[in-house]
Amino acid sequence: MASEAVYTHRDPMLKKRDDFEDILEERRNSSDLRYALRCYIPVLYKELTPCKASELKSMVLQSDQLRYVINQVCKETGMAADEVQAEAAAILEEMAHRLQLSTIRFFAFTLSKVFKTLFRSICVNEEGIQRLQQAIHEHPVVLLPSHRSYMDFLLMSYILYTYDLALPVIAAGMDFMAMKFVGEMLRMSGAFFIRRSFGGDKLYWAVFSEYVKTMLKNGFAPVEFFLEGTRSRTCKSLTPKLGLLNIVMDPFLKGEVFDVSLVPVSISYERILEEALYARELLGVPKPKESTSGLFKARKVLSEDYGSIHVYFGQPVSVRSLAQNRVDRCQFNLIPRHIPRKPGEDIHSFVNDSAYRLVRAQEENMVLKPWVLLASLLLQNHHQMQVAEQKQEMALDELTEQAVWLRDLSRQYGAFLHWPDHVSPSEAVSSSLSLHRGLVRISEGRVQLAFEQGGQTRPGEPCSTVTPEEELLNQAVIILSCASYRNQALHIFLRPALLASAIHTASSSNKQEVYNSFSFLRNMFSNEFILCPGATVQDFEEACYLLVKTGALQINQQEFVVTERGHRTLGFLTRMLDPFLQGYQVVCRFLCEDATEGLTEKQFVPAVRKFIIRHILTGRLRYTEVLSSDLQKNSLAALLRLGAVQKLKGGEEQGTLKVNKVMVNSLEDTLGGKLPTQKAVVARL
Amino acid sequence: CGRQPGSIVGVSNHIWQIKRQEIMKWNGWGYSDSRFFFNKKGQAEFTGRRYRLSGLIIPGLKDWFESTFGASLQHKTPATVSPILNSSAVQPPTLNEAFVEELKSTGIPLSHDAEDRVFRAHGHCLHEIFALREGKFGRVPDMVVWPNCHNDVVKIVELACKHNVCLIPYGGGTSVSSALECPPEETRSIVSLDTSQMNRILWIDEKNLTAHVEAGIVGQDLERLLNESGYCTGHEPDSMEFSSLGGWVATRASGMKKNVYGNIEDLVVHVKMVTPQGVIEKSCQGPRMSTGPDVHHFIMGSEGTLGVVTEVTMKIRPMPEYQKYGSVVFPNFEQGVACLREVARQRCAPASIRLMDNEQFKFGHALKPQVSSIFTSFLDGLKKFYITKFKGFDPNRLCVATLLFEGDREKVLQHEKQVYDIAAKFGGLAAGEDNGQRGYMLTFVIAYLRDLGMDYYVIGESFETSVPWDRVLDICRNVKARIIRECKDKGVQFSPLSTCRVTQTYDAGACVYFYFAFNYRGLSDPVHVYEQVEHAAREEILANGGSLSHHHGVGKLRKEWMRDTISKVGMGMLKSVKDYVDPNNIFGNRNLL
Repeated sequence: MASEAVYTHRDPMLKKRDDFEDILEERRNSSDLRYALRCYIPVLYKELTPCKASELKSMVLQSDQLRYVINQVCKETGMAADEVQAEAAAILEEMAHRLQLSTIRFFAFTLSKVFKTLFRSICVNEEGIQRLQQAIHEHPVVLLPSHRSYMDFLLMSYILYTYDLALPVIAAGMDFMAMKFVGEMLRMSGAFFIRRSFGGDKLYWAVFSEYVKTMLKNGFAPVEFFLEGTRSRTCKSLTPKLGLLNIVMDPFLKGEVFDVSLVPVSISYERILEEALYARELLGVPKPKESTSGLFKARKVLSEDYGSIHVYFGQPVSVRSLAQNRVDRCQFNLIPRHIPRKPGEDIHSFVNDSAYRLVRAQEENMVLKPWVLLASLLLQNHHQMQVAEQKQEMALDELTEQAVWLRDLSRQYGAFLHWPDHVSPSEAVSSSLSLHRGLVRISEGRVQLAFEQGGQTRPGEPCSTVTPEEELLNQAVIILSCASYRNQALHIFLRPALLASAIHTASSSNKQEVYNSFSFLRNMFSNEFILCPGATVQDFEEACYLLVKTGALQINQQEFVVTERGHRTLGFLTRMLDPFLQGYQVVCRFLCEDATEGLTEKQFVPAVRKFIIRHILTGRLRYTEVLSSDLQKNSLAALLRLGAVQKLKGGEEQGTLKVNKVMVNSLEDTLGGKLPTQKAVVARL
Repeated sequence: CGRQPGSIVGVSNHIWQIKRQEIMKWNGWGYSDSRFFFNKKGQAEFTGRRYRLSGLIIPGLKDWFESTFGASLQHKTPATVSPILNSSAVQPPTLNEAFVEELKSTGIPLSHDAEDRVFRAHGHCLHEIFALREGKFGRVPDMVVWPNCHNDVVKIVELACKHNVCLIPYGGGTSVSSALECPPEETRSIVSLDTSQMNRILWIDEKNLTAHVEAGIVGQDLERLLNESGYCTGHEPDSMEFSSLGGWVATRASGMKKNVYGNIEDLVVHVKMVTPQGVIEKSCQGPRMSTGPDVHHFIMGSEGTLGVVTEVTMKIRPMPEYQKYGSVVFPNFEQGVACLREVARQRCAPASIRLMDNEQFKFGHALKPQVSSIFTSFLDGLKKFYITKFKGFDPNRLCVATLLFEGDREKVLQHEKQVYDIAAKFGGLAAGEDNGQRGYMLTFVIAYLRDLGMDYYVIGESFETSVPWDRVLDICRNVKARIIRECKDKGVQFSPLSTCRVTQTYDAGACVYFYFAFNYRGLSDPVHVYEQVEHAAREEILANGGSLSHHHGVGKLRKEWMRDTISKVGMGMLKSVKDYVDPNNIFGNRNLL
């Protein structure tokens, strides 16, 4: 059941995936009320001792772990024990879920109605459901869905209810709780709330981790949380957060359970409800605080068509097999297990590696729709035409031809592509385009991005009412929305694209030099994309393997030779990565040229945004998507990690960025291919 | 049951002749006349007249056996050689002629007969017995010597040093750590030093309550002889019918009744050991000394790597006035462990207290002999009804603790009440003396049962550990689950028996025993699979905070974990002792280090 292979580096083409079943189909043909009230008898954990949610709380409050920390806090603060105890109880009260079936039934009913209006289908792999059922019976289970939408966790519970599986308890951000009524509803459907940041609060951490562990160990319910920590606004997977993963692995490492099954779940939306919202957010329009009334305003979304959702329950991953030959569990033998300890270096790197593997497993089972390929092609075309100073549009036939080519390529790279085979390519293309008509426009057989939203102005032509900056931002909303779809396919092309760019920038086609270049780029982008730590060689080999196998590349005597037909592939791949390359360079340039002394981390994004807008408007930069604050933050994180920028800590200078201009400059040059990799500051990688 | 002093019938005072194989199996456990078999009706019977179970029919065993292992009486795997040893299969001895000549002149009995050599070439690990049943012999000792007293041993060791001969001390032969296996790489002549003839109680000191005993004496003889004078040592390891005093010292043995009498390290007052550097012993019999590290602790647990223990002064106690068995049924194992923990906390453990898990409870149940009266079976039915229906215990979860109380009658009854009161707090119900007694019998005949299993494609073994209290439940669950998982992964076709019990309680933890057996039909190399699973189970034990061994010792079987267990410095300390005491590795069984 639990498999050791979360994913294989070798031959992604041979990946086997399960078939899907549409769960809405039955909902359209039978009574929602009867469905909501039907008999629900889930399979439970075999060693479960049934207990109520209230008993759970007292188990937590009386646990050795918590008692120890309460004692510690008393000693440190001089507070009375019952005071601290009361505080702990209050924290738990604020946090705890009150899962009850009636609320789930309520949601089952209302969500059936909502889902049927919004979506054409919700497809689930039933084999995955069966595996999950077995896993729940055998071991405590942790569900790890990808996070792209608010919808995710209601959808998860809805599916589990539909298949008669144990309902999960879900770690949710505190911001949900602010929505009064909804917060309570979510609580009753299994959500428990955690503060976004509680850095040094020992007591909070103790209550929180003990609460999660108690539920997990007793098999009370599957524990669900989002490895990515928050919704990805870009549709790229986010660098995993380790806190909760640490907590759920702990019972295994300390021998309190035989094993824990981690189940990656990939939820792919054909059209994301929050699409434009995300783009605005990335462009600096602050996100509206979650509020109940805001949610009701979202009612207008109900009138639109959001296509289908695919939910893929991946192979359960056994923590035991992950830890085998990696972690020496004897390290917990000499200190009582209830005394909290910071995880050692080995545990930290184990959890980190596992987290990456799990996110990769999520990525691999993401279903890609034809539109994802179309968005990639349209964006590339848009920029190519921009450079050629031609009209930024594309003939429908040509788009279709390219889409078919890309379809085949991505399949060869192991993409989980849902391309309807029973219709002609042109039909597939036009139906995708019509679903996303907010982003693309077709007129007279030509396709272009749907920019003219405000006035009926063409890009480039001045308009009296809209400033150039406003116009740029309006365009950027469309571009970033398209990019978010393209991003869904990034994990497929990422490794070959890094290689293609490395071949492009390396000073020679010698394998070692290309590797150096590859390694540099990979390291540079490891905050941007999911690249497993320490897997540079494997990634390089995988990229070589794919390009060679698909006939795009030949390796003769340690020299790379791009084949005739390979130019198209490599061209596509380098163009895919180019916005990121350019973006990072611009950020570097900003730090060298424009950053004021005493620039803080907080001021960084607005400042760099201004700089970029200026560059775009003056035509020095063509990629509008560089305006994404995600890219800007990631590049800063990379520079911080590489030591090219330092963040000062403490005192009045808290958060001030100190830029090593020589180093930043040389990184910029290396990214631009002006400096060979080995001479770069980071050549020691 | 054979556990009670004096209850082993038909044993003469001098059974331990030089030719032990005449009354004992050479390729299985225990006495030749005692074994399980399925009769023509398919009922299990136990032969012989030595044990309480002897001559009785055990009606439930067949069903339990078949349903637990998926085994069938149709599928037999008898030992492939006839019980009479085929001596041509044994390699001819490599003799050190000069040594033999000089030894002969001392008049100490010796032999290089194949039967004698093979008998002393093994302990009772599964792989050892399995190989014997298949008629496979590896490296065996080239010669056996039977010293009669301490001075004989001194002479033998001197000669061995002089002629560079490898000595392997042999006591009861009940080792389960590969300690008696001859290192295959040993090129010198290997001499098995059989201590069985050194079996006298040399004196009893009633003022100090000590006895001075030759180390070759076997447990049951020691108890019986002391009983004749009104005393006992109270040291009763499960192997006491066959294991020897010297062996206990050399492996740091533990007895069932250690709660009253202590483990071997608590019982020993004085030890004499012959080493290549000479004889080591303390100069007095003071009950405790502060004279640097206790040299006894170099001897205890040395596993035959430093020398031969020849004489031991042991504490003795007056025989207990009264003994009483008992048992308690708990709704589940968790409650049972909680009860044992509380008993230990209050330091009121009876002479023995053991907790069997559900599978072992069922196993014990299957070993119930046929009851003679309708009344007894009616009572049994009533008891079962009361526990499962009236008290609502789940028959698939309940577990049983067996108890043995010893001492003054009044104190025993008082003690009994105290323990039962604690048990009641954890949902325990007193379940009678019979169940308790049968529980102890189980340990005793289990080794015979393994031979029966091996006749029908079932192999298995037990192993033990000690673990802090807070880890007991976790280790039990995880190790049992690991065994099941590993069997599945290794291609075992039938679900294994994976069960455990808590057999000793201490202030800071407990001793846990695991039993593991499976049906190996369909496997080409069952012993290898068995060893892999046991290896994995040991890793699991260590990962869960358990020790490498509570009392079985390390031998060669568990050597690989010694460094991690006692640290590099610890290894260095032991090595330097070995290097000083035995620089030429005369005691070359290569155990421990």
